[in-house]
Amino acid sequence: MSLLDIRDAAVRLGGTAVLDGVSLHVERGEFVSILGPSGAGKSTLFRLMTGGLAPDRGEILVSGRPLAAGNRPFAFMPQRDALMPWRRIIDNVTLGLEVQGLPRREARARVAPLFAQFGLDGFERHWPAQLSGGMRQRAALLRTVVQQRPVMLLDEPFGALDALTRAGMQRWVEARWQDHRWTTLLVTHDVREAVSLSDRIYVLSRRPARVLAEFAVPLGRPRLAHGLPAAALALETEILNTLLDPQGDKDEMPRIRPDRPDRRATACR
Amino acid sequence: MPKPTMRERVTRALPAILSVGTLIALWQIHVSLSGIPPSVLPSPGRVAGQLAANRQVIWANTVPTIQATLLGFAVSLGAAFAFSVLIDFARPLRRALFPVFIISQTLPLVAIAPLVVLWFGFGLGPKIALVALVTFFPMLVALVDGYEATEPEIEQLLATMGASRATIFRRARLPSALPFFFAGLRISITYAVVAAIFAEYAGAARGLGIYILNAKNNFRPDLVLAAVFVSAALTLVLFATTVLLQHLSMPWRQVEEQRP
Repeated sequence: MSLLDIRDAAVRLGGTAVLDGVSLHVERGEFVSILGPSGAGKSTLFRLMTGGLAPDRGEILVSGRPLAAGNRPFAFMPQRDALMPWRRIIDNVTLGLEVQGLPRREARARVAPLFAQFGLDGFERHWPAQLSGGMRQRAALLRTVVQQRPVMLLDEPFGALDALTRAGMQRWVEARWQDHRWTTLLVTHDVREAVSLSDRIYVLSRRPARVLAEFAVPLGRPRLAHGLPAAALALETEILNTLLDPQGDKDEMPRIRPDRPDRRATACR
Repeated sequence: MPKPTMRERVTRALPAILSVGTLIALWQIHVSLSGIPPSVLPSPGRVAGQLAANRQVIWANTVPTIQATLLGFAVSLGAAFAFSVLIDFARPLRRALFPVFIISQTLPLVAIAPLVVLWFGFGLGPKIALVALVTFFPMLVALVDGYEATEPEIEQLLATMGASRATIFRRARLPSALPFFFAGLRISITYAVVAAIFAEYAGAARGLGIYILNAKNNFRPDLVLAAVFVSAALTLVLFATTVLLQHLSMPWRQVEEQRP
């Protein structure tokens, strides 16, 4: 039985079909990525899981049981780190535990041993504004991890980082996840990121979103530390072709007119 | 975090000292050269002398003004906070209440101050009411706007953690409103002193407002200006207190300001 099983989920928002029968599943200990064009409905998919949005059709099963209100199997990490500037790093990290009702002291005691692993040792009492972008992102990840939910939902967590910091974060995530095997569902635009980190990858179509293709990534780990193997690069190309190839899915492709090449930038953003 | 040294403090205060000093110097020179009688325009030196000579009487009239200002401001803060929370939790109330509050801001103080004295007498009550009336709306707007300025990502994150509406308010919306709250506080506190003096002007047993009225009626502009100086000093002290409070309650702001 899958830990998370989304079956044929369809959602219309304000008369627009956003999800058109999306099915995907995540097994325990698995790292699964969702790739898709901007505005494909990935955020809506996350709202189905965390935001109390109910699908018009289909269902979401967690360990075989329908997702119910009050049942929160997900720890969510938003695109921007969403650290509260008025809380010190340690208090940002304990936020989820405090919301769950854990007393502050207990919550602090529980998260303190993890700071070293997340490269935040000695920064417990700092304010978020004192940290670099990469450190803030690690703090946000730690805040997600300590909630100890069955599934972690990461919404483009490294999208706002500069390229070098992002590469460092990806290597770091790869190492941490190899240790812990946290069950994770990652939304990203970065095909290489998905190939480097995932066990499986779903490619979504343009809105209304459907699953265009599913890719298994049968590569050993670690992948990033020694340079991606040729098989990974081949897979990256294949996925990119699926995302961009107009033959594959005529209706869903970016509408680029040959006579208006300037629109390409907008369409492919 | 390095504290500013004495030298840095002086350097930072220098422009203000120079501008105020220049104004007073020009005033003194003008009075000395034009030979204008002190019953029309007293020199700053004479005002300072009269302030020192009458310091006991002026202080006795300053205390009620401070009381009216602080109590009125406290009432206004309490009411503004209560209504801001109410409006935040019941949005339709905003459309029902804001027109009433906005109308309250259009009432000319000149008209309303004597009426309030007429209805409630010469005591502290009507002064408190007037100060509250003047400062309530800016504080309410500051708080309501502050709640609205909360980062949606932070609220969304709290919601995914299972936080209730009340928890989201306490953990995200309230702290997000702090900078707005202090901006409103700095503006309102200057209004508060003016409102208290005006309320006393309309009728009071003691206070800077009635002192100014009496001094004017006795053709003593030097004493009027001495009282004005005291009220300005009072406003500055209150203003500085709010700035200090802001620093103490928002320590992360100083860190942010230091970043390039």
